[in-house]
Amino acid sequence: MSRVAFGSLIGHLRRTPLRRNLIGGLIGLVVVILVLESVSPFRQGQFATMAYLGIAVGGLTVLTGLNGQLSLGHGALMAVGAYTAALMLHDVDKPLPLPVVMLLSVLVTVVVGAVVGVAAARLHGPYIAGATLALAVAMPGIASFFGDNLGGEQGLSVSTPEAPGWFADAVYFLTAHDVTGTKYLAYVGWIGLIISFVLLANLSASRVGRTWRAVRDDEAAAELAGINVGRARVKAFVVSAACAGLAGGVMAMVVRIAAPSGFPLTLSLSLLTAVVLGGLGSLFGALIGAALLTFLPQAVTGLGQSLGLGDLQSAQLAPLVYGLTLVLVILLAPAGLVGTIRNAWRRRQSPDTAPIHPQQEAMQ
Amino acid sequence: MQQLLTTFLTGLTLGMVYAAFALALVLIWRSTRIVNFAQAPMAMITTYVALVIVDAGMSYWIGFAAALLSGLVLGAVIERVVIRPVEGKPEINAIILTLGLFVVIHAVAAIIFGSGFRSFPAPFGLRGFEAGGVTIALTGFAVFTICSVAVVMLLLVALFQHTDIGLKMRASAFNQEVSRMLGVKVTRMLTLGWALAAVVGSLSGLLIAGGSLVSPSYMDSVVVYGFVAAVLGGLDSPGGAVVGGLLLGVSLSFVSGYVGSDLVALASLAILIVVLLVRPAGLFSHATARRV
Repeated sequence: MSRVAFGSLIGHLRRTPLRRNLIGGLIGLVVVILVLESVSPFRQGQFATMAYLGIAVGGLTVLTGLNGQLSLGHGALMAVGAYTAALMLHDVDKPLPLPVVMLLSVLVTVVVGAVVGVAAARLHGPYIAGATLALAVAMPGIASFFGDNLGGEQGLSVSTPEAPGWFADAVYFLTAHDVTGTKYLAYVGWIGLIISFVLLANLSASRVGRTWRAVRDDEAAAELAGINVGRARVKAFVVSAACAGLAGGVMAMVVRIAAPSGFPLTLSLSLLTAVVLGGLGSLFGALIGAALLTFLPQAVTGLGQSLGLGDLQSAQLAPLVYGLTLVLVILLAPAGLVGTIRNAWRRRQSPDTAPIHPQQEAMQ
Repeated sequence: MQQLLTTFLTGLTLGMVYAAFALALVLIWRSTRIVNFAQAPMAMITTYVALVIVDAGMSYWIGFAAALLSGLVLGAVIERVVIRPVEGKPEINAIILTLGLFVVIHAVAAIIFGSGFRSFPAPFGLRGFEAGGVTIALTGFAVFTICSVAVVMLLLVALFQHTDIGLKMRASAFNQEVSRMLGVKVTRMLTLGWALAAVVGSLSGLLIAGGSLVSPSYMDSVVVYGFVAAVLGGLDSPGGAVVGGLLLGVSLSFVSGYVGSDLVALASLAILIVVLLVRPAGLFSHATARRV
């Protein structure tokens, strides 16, 4: 009896995507609290890094996976968010409240993203890749050109904001631990990640998400069905840019500086690696990808040093792995990690839907 | 006046290099409908081959030839091994693949040759000619740059217009199915196309490096300029790529000389966006619609 009631309660809660995603978000929050409270400060710093990379990768995977637009310029959009946050947190006695800073980072990046998106909405495949690649290459130059305001090559230093009293009290009340600066940033990052992922998941399950998929799969058909293709693409780009802006804002605080060298072309390409590895369009995959970007460099650098490579050479092993990942995933498992596992699972669940010509599949 | 002339001549020289790079992109685009973003690091690593040979005490020209030859081999191997499986697949796969190659070659070069800057020799003088007491900003190396790119272009025209193999390559690019039925080994032509493109790309890498510094990322911005130049010309036309390269080189040189060298990449982005919005099929397109 109670089992049935419990089952129906779960069923009731899972009925709408909004509730499902909110529950997912809450579970995520609990996991985050448990993890952050139990790891060392060094790991907390790494988790803060993973949070901002996760936000950016989540935004990019929605753009690329659901709407089919490839952006190599998300590193540059993160730079916009980071510089916005840095300008507000650089050498000020009484900084604005953190949510305001984050919101402004998002807003400024949204404006830039809308401009890029309007141009990109009319482009396809290699053209959009080339244009966003140009954006990624051009961005450091802008910071140098406006060196008086943006600090040039040196960049802008960012003073880490203090945790507000109510937040420290709440964390102490829940966990009986004090809030250090690193831990506070990790919390800020992960709360930002959970909020943005819940919103993205909702959007993806909504009418907007269906519109994006329709545009991705067949533009002509989407247009015939009454969808404004251009508007759908710009909207997807703007949403994705908002995530990149938030990610940049968190990044500025975590690394305590916004400088051109923090946003090289490699950053944009490694975001793409995370998206491709996780599987285009999968938010869970985006988290896995972000974890890879965060924890892999240290692991392979250590491996390289133990193999007798110099420090500088070992540092290049991480990009080598990213690049190989991109190549191998595209050649061997184009659906990405999550997509490949999901496909295999589905095939096991319902053998009826297996390909009609099993031999053909065996040949592939 | 002198600054104007200097800026123009610098732009012309750079434009020739961008034209060569754009030509390499166009060659690959025509045969396989792929924009090879990995062209930049491919050219970079062949330049390092030349640098190693020159540093070992051999003549510049041996290094030059070795770089072009390794470009030929590299292009063929990459097409045969990595690109072949994604030909005819969704275009996003090929783009991501070339970007993956971009990162891989970058990292490999940094591991083998180090990620710092190293100076690359130039075979000719880097001082401008003097005419009537005024130094003209046309260096010996600039003349060499312009001439070598022009020679390569003439060779390509000769190959495509006047040889059997050029005809087969054009046929494979135009319609694979029909060419195959007529007995053309299309896959071999595609490999050859990639190999030739990589040679042209290597040449542009050597010319950018000459008398300057090389590092694993020194070609990264050139791939953007080459792409913009190719799009200016329509991405499909070798002649357009050359004109696009020259136009872009001169315009960017003026931006660099009169506005600020930091904004050159941004200017190329602006040019790209304007061209794609106004004439998506390139400056010299006829009134045919093509989706970009």
